[in-house]
Amino acid sequence: MAEILKMTQPLITAEAVSRSYLKGQHQVPVLRGVCLSAARGEFVSVIGQSGSGKSTLLHIMGLLDSPDVGEVLLGGSRIDNLNPAARDQLRNHVFGFIFQFYHLLPELSLLENVMTPLMIRHSIFGFWKRRHEIRHAALSILQQTGLEHRLKHRPAELSGGEMQRGAIARALVGRPEILLADEPTGNLDAETGAGIMDLLNRLNQDQGLTIIMVTHDNAIAATAHRSVQLVQGRIQPAEVETSQDTQQRRRA
Amino acid sequence: MYKLLLCVRYLKTRYIALACIISVMLGVATMIVVNSVMAGFTTEMRDRLHNFLADIVIESRGTAGIEDAEKQMERVKSAAGQYIAAMTPTIEIPGMMTFTDPWSGETYTAPVQIQGIDPAGKAQVGPLQDYLDSYNPLLEDGTEVRPALRSREEPLGWELTDEGEKHFRMVQERNRLLLEDRQTESGSTAEPKPSEDAPVFDSEPAAEGDAVVAAPATTDEATMSTASDEGVNAEALFNSDHPDSHEPAVPLEARIYLGEGLVSFMARNPETGRQQKIMMVQPGDNVILSTITSGTPPDVTKFQATVVDTFRSGMNEYDSSIVLMNLDSLQKYRGMHLRNAISSIHIRLTDYSHAPRVLAALEQAFPPGMVNIRTWEEKQGMLLSAVEVETAILNVLLFLIIAVAGFGILAIFYMIVVEKTRDIGILKSLGASSGGVMSIFLSYGLGLGITGSAAGVFIGLLFVEYINEIEDVLSWVTGRKVFDEKIYFFLEIPTHVNPWMVISVAAGAIAIAVLASILPARRAARLHPVRALRFE
Repeated sequence: MAEILKMTQPLITAEAVSRSYLKGQHQVPVLRGVCLSAARGEFVSVIGQSGSGKSTLLHIMGLLDSPDVGEVLLGGSRIDNLNPAARDQLRNHVFGFIFQFYHLLPELSLLENVMTPLMIRHSIFGFWKRRHEIRHAALSILQQTGLEHRLKHRPAELSGGEMQRGAIARALVGRPEILLADEPTGNLDAETGAGIMDLLNRLNQDQGLTIIMVTHDNAIAATAHRSVQLVQGRIQPAEVETSQDTQQRRRA
Repeated sequence: MYKLLLCVRYLKTRYIALACIISVMLGVATMIVVNSVMAGFTTEMRDRLHNFLADIVIESRGTAGIEDAEKQMERVKSAAGQYIAAMTPTIEIPGMMTFTDPWSGETYTAPVQIQGIDPAGKAQVGPLQDYLDSYNPLLEDGTEVRPALRSREEPLGWELTDEGEKHFRMVQERNRLLLEDRQTESGSTAEPKPSEDAPVFDSEPAAEGDAVVAAPATTDEATMSTASDEGVNAEALFNSDHPDSHEPAVPLEARIYLGEGLVSFMARNPETGRQQKIMMVQPGDNVILSTITSGTPPDVTKFQATVVDTFRSGMNEYDSSIVLMNLDSLQKYRGMHLRNAISSIHIRLTDYSHAPRVLAALEQAFPPGMVNIRTWEEKQGMLLSAVEVETAILNVLLFLIIAVAGFGILAIFYMIVVEKTRDIGILKSLGASSGGVMSIFLSYGLGLGITGSAAGVFIGLLFVEYINEIEDVLSWVTGRKVFDEKIYFFLEIPTHVNPWMVISVAAGAIAIAVLASILPARRAARLHPVRALRFE
């Protein structure tokens, strides 16, 4: 594991990140000096029980939240202290999010949902000029995720698996460098969840997408290259045998 | 782009937004209707006041009037002749009118404002001809039931129409018969007058110019001026000391146009069930006018006058108080004829915008303190400013209605923001800025405002367009007249749509909708994305 870290310069790094929340009058620490990094093209899974702070870590790395202490580095430069406009830009261009509850916008059709990040990226005029291009991008992403027959449907008319694949399409349409997945299979049955994991693995392998995924399911975490465990706000060595461990063992 | 799309989608899928739209719509529609009606009232009332008053009125200070009308008018002409289109001398004096209602037999006396006019001159300073009954066809429910009795080409004068003359003779004959009846009943203590033997009432009326002032003070005056007891009437009649009370029945020298409201009332026709106007006095009837002479101190003077015509200016205040009379007779009865005195001069300007200049010139021309010189606006200042104040207050109150609608929007938007909290988090996770999220809700408010205003403008204008029909329906449903022309000045509800008023009302409503959405929009923008995402 250490060899791999040395081998490639990490794309994204969380360094000694601490974060605590106010609950009533008490500061409740959620993360206590977490270090996590992912190299370009790496698929990292973070395992943890509910309340272990894994979602918070993901949010901080994706600039949805800020650490109390510590830094987030993207390609070696610090990004957690940027101004809001730059953070918005980074979220739109660099990160793609997937959530446990899919979080598609209920008023929009699937196609519109997928186009949303590009609509946010461009002004009305810019969108109008590129509307064919954007539509094409969304369509091809939806084709990759196998949803080309569901374009006009509202999220409420889709199944859980379809919604999650839609959410993945939305996360990818802006060509992000890092996909942050927060329990992507948490709300799905095992079979559908396996389908989603297949899709993520394929994206990782075919397109070299960097993925950081948090989950509480060891079996799901095992499909990643590398797995870390988060216990009470601290990183612990993973007890999961990941695909890389398997490969290493095979080599050995 | 997502802002627009989401804004439109939220508008389409939230029925609660309809409540906002309706409240804005109602506010806008109400404001437009009320403003249009108020503006209609004001313009119409101003027109009518103006038409009756001429542009500038020169008035004497006392009831004795100013002497030598010709000289005064010459003075006006030399002072500001180039601005003046027409002017006419007038005598204005309060008085009483006594007349008998033929339907009930009751005798009524009503306070009136007697105006001595020269009809041709009066017609030049205002649209008198349009007001006179005989020049207009009689309409009932929009259909003509009687053609105009005079053609428009016929100049205004004091002649009776053929029908009026017929009525006059009929009344005279009836009175004569009544008189003979009473004479035989009471045994006739008075000397029988020789001329009574001749059936003079059949002959054509003598030339009116020949009639002396008090000449025709015959049966009518006696009947009407004394108590209702018939015996007394008869006695008064016989003791009448008018030497020539047996003159042939000719219309009197004093001729009047009566305000229609003075001698008419509305009654329900038992056959048709429709409201109908009943005239108590018709052209050809005689009435008794009493007023004061121009002496100091003034004496009471009373005289009979033949009604030549009735008029309706549409200004109820005038129609139920003004009696227009021939100027020369009024001068005679008031003892002003020797000095050719008048009480006021009505002036019409070529262009009303010259009024201040003309006023200044006239002030110079007349000795200070001799006359009051005022524009019609100054003369009716109280009424006009009252209407203005009323309009302003109404506008403030109605704008408060829209403000209330604004608070409704605020509350509903807050609800929508809470409902959309998670979506706001999603948008932020996709890179939407706080400003972008805020503008979704601001444009949502704008959209509501525009839709509501547009619907309000549409409904308001539609209401204004069909306001009289709506009033009819309301009257029919409630069974009583909603808009009573007796209370208001007008026969139908006047409206005047000022496009600027419509635009500013709509713009104001839109502004309020946007303002009301600022607070919820800011709340939405400030939502922390993580907390928003966790919101269930």
